[in-house]
Amino acid sequence: MWALRGLRNGVLTTRWPDRPDDYAAATRGPAAVLSEAEAGAISAAGLTSLCPVAAISQDQPGSVRVDQGRCIQCGRCIAARPDVFGWAAGPQSASGSRAALVVPADETPASLTAVSGQLRERTRALRRSVHLRHVDAGSDGSEEWEIMALLNPVYDIHRLGMFFTASPRHADILLVTGSGARGMAAPLRETYEAMPHPKLVIAVGTDAVSGGIVSPSYATSGGVGSVVPVDIWLPGSPPSPFAILSALLLALGRLPAAGSAGPAAASAGHAATGDRQ
Amino acid sequence: MSSQAEHDVAAGIPALWDRLDGELAAGRRLADLFGTATSGGVLLSAQLAGPGGISTLDALVPPGRASYPALTPRIGAAFWYEREIHDLFGIVPEGHPRLEPLILPTSAFRRPEPGTAGAPVAIEPDPGILPRHTTGPGLFTIPHGPVRSGVVESLEYLVETPGEDIPHVNMRIFYKHRGIEKRFEGMAPGDGVLLAERTEGIASVAHALAYCQAIETIAGAEVPWAAALIRVLHAELERLACHLDVIVRLADGAGLAGATARFGWHKELVLRLTGQLSGSRFGRGVVVPGGVSSAPRTDPADMLAAIGSLERQITADVRLLMGTASFLDRLRRTGPLLPERASEHGALGPIGRASGVRDDARQARPYAAYGSLGTAVTSRPEGDALARLEVRTDEIADSFHLLRQAVDELTETGAGPIRTACEPADGRAVGWAEAPQGEVLYDVRIENALIRRCRSRSASFHNLVLMHEVFAGDILTDFPFIEASFGLSVGGVAG
Repeated sequence: MWALRGLRNGVLTTRWPDRPDDYAAATRGPAAVLSEAEAGAISAAGLTSLCPVAAISQDQPGSVRVDQGRCIQCGRCIAARPDVFGWAAGPQSASGSRAALVVPADETPASLTAVSGQLRERTRALRRSVHLRHVDAGSDGSEEWEIMALLNPVYDIHRLGMFFTASPRHADILLVTGSGARGMAAPLRETYEAMPHPKLVIAVGTDAVSGGIVSPSYATSGGVGSVVPVDIWLPGSPPSPFAILSALLLALGRLPAAGSAGPAAASAGHAATGDRQ
Repeated sequence: MSSQAEHDVAAGIPALWDRLDGELAAGRRLADLFGTATSGGVLLSAQLAGPGGISTLDALVPPGRASYPALTPRIGAAFWYEREIHDLFGIVPEGHPRLEPLILPTSAFRRPEPGTAGAPVAIEPDPGILPRHTTGPGLFTIPHGPVRSGVVESLEYLVETPGEDIPHVNMRIFYKHRGIEKRFEGMAPGDGVLLAERTEGIASVAHALAYCQAIETIAGAEVPWAAALIRVLHAELERLACHLDVIVRLADGAGLAGATARFGWHKELVLRLTGQLSGSRFGRGVVVPGGVSSAPRTDPADMLAAIGSLERQITADVRLLMGTASFLDRLRRTGPLLPERASEHGALGPIGRASGVRDDARQARPYAAYGSLGTAVTSRPEGDALARLEVRTDEIADSFHLLRQAVDELTETGAGPIRTACEPADGRAVGWAEAPQGEVLYDVRIENALIRRCRSRSASFHNLVLMHEVFAGDILTDFPFIEASFGLSVGGVAG
């Protein structure tokens, strides 16, 4: 019966990243700077009032930076100054370097390429049988939903050779969510240590990257980076399923080169548009 | 929305408990019990829910006093609340039956004391804080968590079992405590809503609503009609997504791959519709103090078409699921919550309504636009996992009805203001909303235009303790169904 129901609706599964997907392209990433010239004209106090989590800063006069690893996607800066700030478009908001999430990036594309080259080297042996383990280290619950969505028929990550596993002994990639609740530090570390080599850690969501708006707190460590060594940093509050999928492919060096997966496939945060979703 | 809360400082803790006894006998329900550090000692506040509103009763534990007579022996619903107060303030409810740590993984540090200025020192979890219980000959404890199989939030269940039956379950919820309530303090009221949305991420809209309604009551702000309708729109989409998630988990537990995939797809479409209307798949950033931040970005005809198509598909699949005998057999008489226990505890949301407690804030204490839209409250007497599912499928049907009504009303109202000025002066107020998991309650105190204390009580916190009660005669393989049928979020429990 259920199979007949399914047949009636045809194929629901996306073919991304091999084929473009409209919903993937319209994914709303973190905030980005649209116009550096206009941004430079805003006073330091003006910038502070635009962001409740202090993700926007000015390291020297005229040079405005958005730390996408801190951005909780509240959209306040974009609502106030749509001429200066916009949403980074597309699912590819993850980066192999925490520093590269601060945009416009100081890090040169060459050093990022080196990071992803090293990742590819480490994960080469995994090929198309990759096992994922998730640990919640103080999330709000929404990241779990978006990770779970990868198993629904729309994303269906089994088609990409990725599977969730209960045992860390069988896991290749650790997806960590949450702001780094101190009570979860020891269980998280034990899970990481139980995984065989080679292993990778993806910090899923702004909470995991920087602690999010729930930090600073007496009960969090302001992100999971101080507990386990993070390889891929994925901002988002929460990141969409396509963004998580994109981070997984980045970790495995399987993300297609810029341009082949739709119009917004430039590296994290560089392609920015206005309100698109 | 007018202020429906009354504040009343009783003459001391025992006098407060006496009054609570009277109020409960008169048919009200203990909805919350929490502390606030003040210069005059720790202020204990009890919230009582009844038709028409929430009333607040306060009493002081004088400074220097390290204990007070416990409420739990008189009113069982206070069991977790008094443990939470003990964790946060260090004061001892004398006569409490099991005063173990609940939300903090340690006891050896300065208490956070919400309400006091300044940040508490960071906690260092104590791995030996609680013994691993193993009791009696032939009985052993299965520790399950905090890292469990599947993609779930962190929580540890200690299943005490002689082998197959589950006579008792204990829960450790402190692992993912984030110190949310303390984090609110010192925030501007306009920023606090962002934190409220991230307290229990799958019920972002309900938390934002309850929080904003408290702020609006303090400010005396009247939310424009169009904004009230948009709030309903998002709250009902959130209910759909959460109820569909419960169905996915139940179907997955029963190994119904087809149903799991179908309902997972429906849930994805609901999240996509929410994202299409607001930019966030969880409706975040929509509800703000004074109204909503923006009107839906889809025109009414398209919204109605999307809602209609979802309704057709989901209704047909629900009918098929509820006719699948092998599935229903797993749920029938599984994890029963006795109606008298549900009513005694004041069980919230679908859990309460599946055990005969007909309380729904949307109808009993209407907010947003619910007062003029028709909400049908359903309930069941059986109290088992099947009844909890049936309540949810009824609510799914009712949500579609509400969504259509809200869109139609919104079209009639036309373009109007969606946000009013909301600048709260000093004051304190309560706000509530019926989340998919049950009633969410906020008690906010503003001082010098900043948040001085924000109490956030999720339905998940109030309801999870009932897991102690529902394993009568059930065995280990029933566990996933019982947990899924509760449909709670640990983020909302641990705070």
